[in-house]
Amino acid sequence: MTPALSIRNLTKTYQSGYTALKGIDLDVNPGDFFALLGPNGAGKSTTIGIVTSLVTKTGGKVSVFGHDIDTDFSKAKSCIGLVPQEINLNIFEPLIQILANQAGYYGIARRRALERAEYYLGRLGLWDRRNDAVRTLSGGMKRRMMIARALIHDPRLLILDEPTAGVDIEIRRSMWEFLREINAAGTTIILTTHYLEEAESLCRHIAIIDNGLLVENTTMKKLLAKLHTETFVLDLRMPLTQLPPLPGHDIRMLDGHTLEVEISRDSGINKLFADLSARNIEVLSMRNKTNRLEQLFMSLVEGSRQHRGACRRRQA
Amino acid sequence: MTLDQKLVAFRTIFYKEVVRFSRIWIQTILPPVITTSLYFIIFGGLIGRQIHAMEGVRYMDFIVPGLIMMSVITNSYSNVVSSFYGAKFQRSIEEMLVSPTPNWIILSGFIAGGVARGLVVGGVVTLVSLFFSRLHVYNPWVSVSVVLLTAVLFSLGGFINSIFARNFDDISIVPTFVLTPLTYLGGIFYSIQMLPEFWRRISLGNPILYMINAFRYGFLGISDINLDLSYGIIIAFILVLVAISLYLLDRGYGMRS
Repeated sequence: MTPALSIRNLTKTYQSGYTALKGIDLDVNPGDFFALLGPNGAGKSTTIGIVTSLVTKTGGKVSVFGHDIDTDFSKAKSCIGLVPQEINLNIFEPLIQILANQAGYYGIARRRALERAEYYLGRLGLWDRRNDAVRTLSGGMKRRMMIARALIHDPRLLILDEPTAGVDIEIRRSMWEFLREINAAGTTIILTTHYLEEAESLCRHIAIIDNGLLVENTTMKKLLAKLHTETFVLDLRMPLTQLPPLPGHDIRMLDGHTLEVEISRDSGINKLFADLSARNIEVLSMRNKTNRLEQLFMSLVEGSRQHRGACRRRQA
Repeated sequence: MTLDQKLVAFRTIFYKEVVRFSRIWIQTILPPVITTSLYFIIFGGLIGRQIHAMEGVRYMDFIVPGLIMMSVITNSYSNVVSSFYGAKFQRSIEEMLVSPTPNWIILSGFIAGGVARGLVVGGVVTLVSLFFSRLHVYNPWVSVSVVLLTAVLFSLGGFINSIFARNFDDISIVPTFVLTPLTYLGGIFYSIQMLPEFWRRISLGNPILYMINAFRYGFLGISDINLDLSYGIIIAFILVLVAISLYLLDRGYGMRS
């Protein structure tokens, strides 16, 4: 099966001498919903920039659905739709013109381009604003407009670089629904985001980049299985003045109504509830203290940094 | 991309450019028409009456081709420089860069847009000139070909300027300090035969002189310069600027990291 995106030994050193990518290998399968995560400056946007030809690579190979971006750039580019991190719309142009023009750059004739523009404006809730200039739109509308623009030529691979940055939760969730729909219809999606809840909710595969290197590349399920302990917050019906002894549990009282407990994946949660019931402590509700992926992400990035530090010390 | 798809891409860029300068016609078309009309009134109508015939032609009729050409030059140049730099500044140029549209189509689209604005403004200025002069065309093929080639040449100039520009000041430096002086010294208002030998020789180093004289030949049948030489210089400049533009686009200069 030809991967939707294949990256081999990708390197990038900027003119300033800064090396953003130090040799990345990555495959994204057709139809996947793939998360590319990493802290700021890790190399995510550089990777996306190279794939979409906005950044010139120093070395390595990239192909999109089997089309090499160096030798078969026209076909490779035709397969990709990009939603960049920064808003890059012409603020003076009306929405419908931007979409029709974008379709034109992919060789789609004007009449067909306008039909598609109307469809995507409707789907993304921008139809009423179709003749307005971009500068009159809210931040969330501009983000949706960039998704419409990226989809106007029906790309097989949609790349979203922090598409929901600065968008309120309601719009963010409606965007998630829309992305799930187009992924279900067969579009491969690569997503970078700092909202790890977003990645966990949407993506099936995940790669983590740090300092220009890939530190993890696996399925979301396998990655989350690596989490040995989870921290839960329990809300109690009746207040406690003092926490009774609960041997075998790592538990803390945050206040009279709230307990925090760390549960290992091996021990499970039933015994805790049994022990609490035995002491007449009734739990009203329970939630994760932090997002599970966030916990893993932090530990992986931290691990990668400690490893680099140790290497540097050995070299010194 | 198939040839049909490339044609669609070209038409899209051209259409976008025409819509852009038409939408802001108060900034793009009206000012040069007013400025040139003032030239007609002041230099042709008022001062021109005191000036005797130039190479056997009434002074007003002598300056009309030069003034038309000046409006074509400045408008072709400024259309491309402002449009392309604006797209770079807002990063909306990335819409084209991520698409499969080849660089030569991007260049052709912007150049066609610049030529269109140059010709629209030149056409309106020509219409205005009819109120002031008895315009007749000696050789329409020469007039049309020279004005087209010149518009292409200065659109290319604007394109290269916009690629190198890093801020809005950079897009006004060349028009102010290079283009305007060369245009004024390119024989719009006088024949270089009037100049002392030294200054006449210096003037021959000004490429705009060749364009204005060739254009004037198309209207009046008179020129200070050999027509073939004028065509040769214009075409040579175009070829060089096309090569530079495509090289810069391929390198992604100022657009790709």
